[in-house]
Amino acid sequence: MTNKTVLHAKHLEAGAKMVDFFGWDMPINYGSQIEEHHAVRRDAGMFDVSHMTIVDVKGPQAQAYLRYLLANDVAKLQDKGKALYSGMLNEAGGVVDDLIVYFFDDTNYRLVVNSATKQKDLDWLAAKAEGFSVTITERDEFAMIAVQGPNAKAKAAQLFSAAQNEAVAGMKPFYGVQAEDLFIATTGYTGEAGYEIMVPNEQAADFWQALLDLGVAPCGLGARDTLRLEAGMNLYGQDMDETISPLEANMGWTITWEPSDRDFVGRDVLTTQKVAGTDKLVGLVMHEKGVLRAGQKVTVEGGEGIITSGTFSPTLGHSVALARVANTVTEHAEVEMRKKWVKVDVVKPSFVRNGKSVL
Amino acid sequence: MSNIPAELRYAASHEWVRPEGNGVFTVGITEHAQELLGDMVFLDLPDEGDEIAMGDDIAVAESVKAASDVYAPITGEVVAVNEDLEDSPELVNSDPYGDGWMFKVKIEDESEVESLLDADGYAESIEDE
Repeated sequence: MTNKTVLHAKHLEAGAKMVDFFGWDMPINYGSQIEEHHAVRRDAGMFDVSHMTIVDVKGPQAQAYLRYLLANDVAKLQDKGKALYSGMLNEAGGVVDDLIVYFFDDTNYRLVVNSATKQKDLDWLAAKAEGFSVTITERDEFAMIAVQGPNAKAKAAQLFSAAQNEAVAGMKPFYGVQAEDLFIATTGYTGEAGYEIMVPNEQAADFWQALLDLGVAPCGLGARDTLRLEAGMNLYGQDMDETISPLEANMGWTITWEPSDRDFVGRDVLTTQKVAGTDKLVGLVMHEKGVLRAGQKVTVEGGEGIITSGTFSPTLGHSVALARVANTVTEHAEVEMRKKWVKVDVVKPSFVRNGKSVL
Repeated sequence: MSNIPAELRYAASHEWVRPEGNGVFTVGITEHAQELLGDMVFLDLPDEGDEIAMGDDIAVAESVKAASDVYAPITGEVVAVNEDLEDSPELVNSDPYGDGWMFKVKIEDESEVESLLDADGYAESIEDE
């Protein structure tokens, strides 16, 4: 059976081209993926991300549980509403999923996990909760709309109540706040400023329409992918999965090693891998015609690798990619494209931030 | 249902052919093909003077989604190439039968065109996909 978000009818109304996305019937674009991409970089666009899973973790041992469950350390979160990005690892150090956790207090957290891995994640959360005094509750009564772009916040502000505007005033990136009916977070998956807003299901269509009326462009999964890739953000299932260590997925920064006596799932294996060295995820930039694509072979100094995500970058006007390669990599590599080896530059895996090239 | 002009001839591999007189034919890809491919980002076209034969892969249409071969629907010499596509590949999306044309071919054997599909035949072929 195909799942539909509460905004499904709005997508059809807007003429979206729909595709199956891990069991969800979702918009891939509403006409032109590239125009949607530019709308987010230059003005404001919105995405239906209601298929993502919201899970609340509460209880006297909520903090202890999450410190064991996640490679990043929620004890670092001190300000109410502060968010943290983390991998949730298995015992072999592979990534079960990547997620965002919001902190309210030591007994109250909210997680947002991927839709493609929903049931696996819920099972994993439940299994690892054994022995901890926590309750884990899926919050499927909320839809989620990401409003992103340089003008996104100003446009959303026109829909917020006075109390909601007050709640978000001066809120730094990577925070979330419950303000009346909305949970408003300064997070996103595009490299632009903006909000991810959790809206009660019954209000979601009206909220979407109101954003549309303010000139916020509806954007599909196609633009979402090119935007996140330009921003150098990983896509679960593509750039990493259960067989890949965070050290091989540019997620080393999400592992909190100190204090060294904190036990978290996968720690032992990561410690060994860190000493031995692992492959690494790098950015590739190609200035020639053509588009780097996932699955293409890469050769680097002292070894080889593979492209995990590749695309044409609408902002830069040429192709960029993420590739997992031998850690002996230098600043040049070659990619096999249509039976030819093409030279590319190797960069840190980040290409565009706030509308501008960071190359 | 996508637009399939009645006055053109088609290859099952989604190219169209339009007679321009004196044995010259313009070639492009169909609206259906550009819909399948999505936003076009690069076109790798043949060069003027190239000799091409029906069925050869002679061009590449690269979209946000995939790189796709374009096949020669007829045999002859390439006599013009649409240079506007270099800077504006999106013309293939916005006007596949007009400004999005790809190249022109001086054909050797005009009867070859008769072996191509007509609009109804092409419509049927894409229904069967």
